[in-house]
Amino acid sequence: MNTTFLEYVVFFAASLMMIGGAIGVITLKNPVHAALGLVLTLFGVAVQFVAQEAHFLAAVQVIVYAGAIVVLFLFVIMLLGVDRSVDPIKIQRPLAAVMMVGLVGLVTAAVLRAGDAIGTLNPGVGIDTATVENPDGNIQQLAQNLYNDHVLAFELTSVLLIVAVVGTVLLTRKWPKQSDRETSKGASA
Amino acid sequence: MIAAIEPTWYLIVASLLFGIGAFGLLVRRNPLVMFMCIELMLNAANLTFVALATSLGDINGQTAVFFVMVVAAAEVVVGLGILVSILRRRPGATADDLAELKG
Repeated sequence: MNTTFLEYVVFFAASLMMIGGAIGVITLKNPVHAALGLVLTLFGVAVQFVAQEAHFLAAVQVIVYAGAIVVLFLFVIMLLGVDRSVDPIKIQRPLAAVMMVGLVGLVTAAVLRAGDAIGTLNPGVGIDTATVENPDGNIQQLAQNLYNDHVLAFELTSVLLIVAVVGTVLLTRKWPKQSDRETSKGASA
Repeated sequence: MIAAIEPTWYLIVASLLFGIGAFGLLVRRNPLVMFMCIELMLNAANLTFVALATSLGDINGQTAVFFVMVVAAAEVVVGLGILVSILRRRPGATADDLAELKG
């Protein structure tokens, strides 16, 4: 049993997880089950990341996506309650299926047409992978790239996250009614 | 001896995942599930970034995935906030019920 065979096993198992979970997301009626299908897909993507030596991104994928984002989804589902199901519009599903097949076919044809050109296009300096001497090579290289070449974008993401948090608090907070505020002001005055 | 896994394979799997996500976004009418389908499409894009970063040996692709994850987290937070404030006002609303802006 050589390593290439193992790579194939990992690739197909992870792909099966991804596609199966994605089909679960779009077919299951109960939104909680759909969220669990999403978890399966996100873990499959994390396995694909590990298989391609992107260890840091795999960890972030599990922590941020499968941890925080799916928990947020489940929290909102529990908060709002599972809503009623609606009848599908008659022509919607066939049209969407045609669009999906067209989209996948177009991208797949483009990828296959490009063939060997992908990967020899503009070879970079090479990505450090984990070795015995330097087990954190990928993380160090990613950090150097992030904090040297993309430091402005990195700082801007902090602005983005602050704006998102403040905006969400403003959106979901229950404000007192205008009349209540005026009456309380009048009472205090 | 079988050949090693090509980056092309990852791209094809990612295109399948993106197609399933786009199909679900068009078909499902529960706004929460539509958000999950958007996450599927973002993950497909992330997978192509990592596959090409590995095959080209360019770390910039992995940095791009990092930023996509940050933006996805912000998008989910704002989207679910809007969703909670809408569904609190009118319970059981589907995406088709939200065609008017007045509250």
